[in-house]
Amino acid sequence: MLLLRHPIHRTWLLLAAASLAALFVRVDVTVGAAAGVATLGLAWFKCRLVILDFMELRHAPRPWRWAAEGWALSIAVIVLLVYLHTH
Amino acid sequence: MSTEAVSGSTTPASHRPASPAQRLPGDPDVWVFIMAELAMFGAFFVAYIIYRAGDRTLYDASQLMLDRGLGILNTLLLITSSWAVASAVALTRKNLRTAGARHLGLGILLGLGFVVVKFFEYTAKLEAGLTLQSNDFYMFYWCLTGIHLLHVIGGSVILLVCWKNARAHRYGPAEMRGLETGASYWHMVDLLWIFLFPLLYLLR
Repeated sequence: MLLLRHPIHRTWLLLAAASLAALFVRVDVTVGAAAGVATLGLAWFKCRLVILDFMELRHAPRPWRWAAEGWALSIAVIVLLVYLHTH
Repeated sequence: MSTEAVSGSTTPASHRPASPAQRLPGDPDVWVFIMAELAMFGAFFVAYIIYRAGDRTLYDASQLMLDRGLGILNTLLLITSSWAVASAVALTRKNLRTAGARHLGLGILLGLGFVVVKFFEYTAKLEAGLTLQSNDFYMFYWCLTGIHLLHVIGGSVILLVCWKNARAHRYGPAEMRGLETGASYWHMVDLLWIFLFPLLYLLR
């Protein structure tokens, strides 16, 4: 498929799918904190796609890539820990 | 010894072309600014989740008043806008300047679509009497989405300048710095919304 040939197009498709999946997670998963964990996991996954493929940090000097990826991971982990602590 | 080996051993490291594996797109100074912005919003996100932990009932009840449909629509608008801008960069690098400018224009239109949707969302909230002073949740809602919206508007202005330059064919394979810098800022705006949306609209 032409749409899947370029990494930028593939990334967009994954981002759109993950965005819509977040809605279904909210509706279908009602047990415990699973919905919250899945929602935050999807947000981190989407952030990583934007950082690596749209911002083009996949091939950037390591400190820049680590700074951006570290930001996304640390926000996701901190929010997740506080969320699970109070759920 | 091969010619390649000889030339490789005699070329000073500083004269070798930069490896694609070590390239930062755009202006490094703007990347410092982008990282500072990410850190600032990161602090806001952590503050939100900590305050939410103090009164989950209020936050969950208030969140139900938000329109998730508009939130997901705005998410799709921003990620598609980011795709259009990333495509504009890729096309311009291949010297497809007109197609690059068109994609940049599409990215701007989608960004403006985000602003229009936010206008309708804000209007509905104000008509329902949900303001900055309604409760702590709405204080965060108005402040975080408002500051983000200002970034969307600022990013749109930057993209408009890039679009004008792209239409004048000022960007090309040898001159990508301005376009890459504008695109990087725009992707940051997308990145912030990707965390902001689930925090405010989905996480319960």
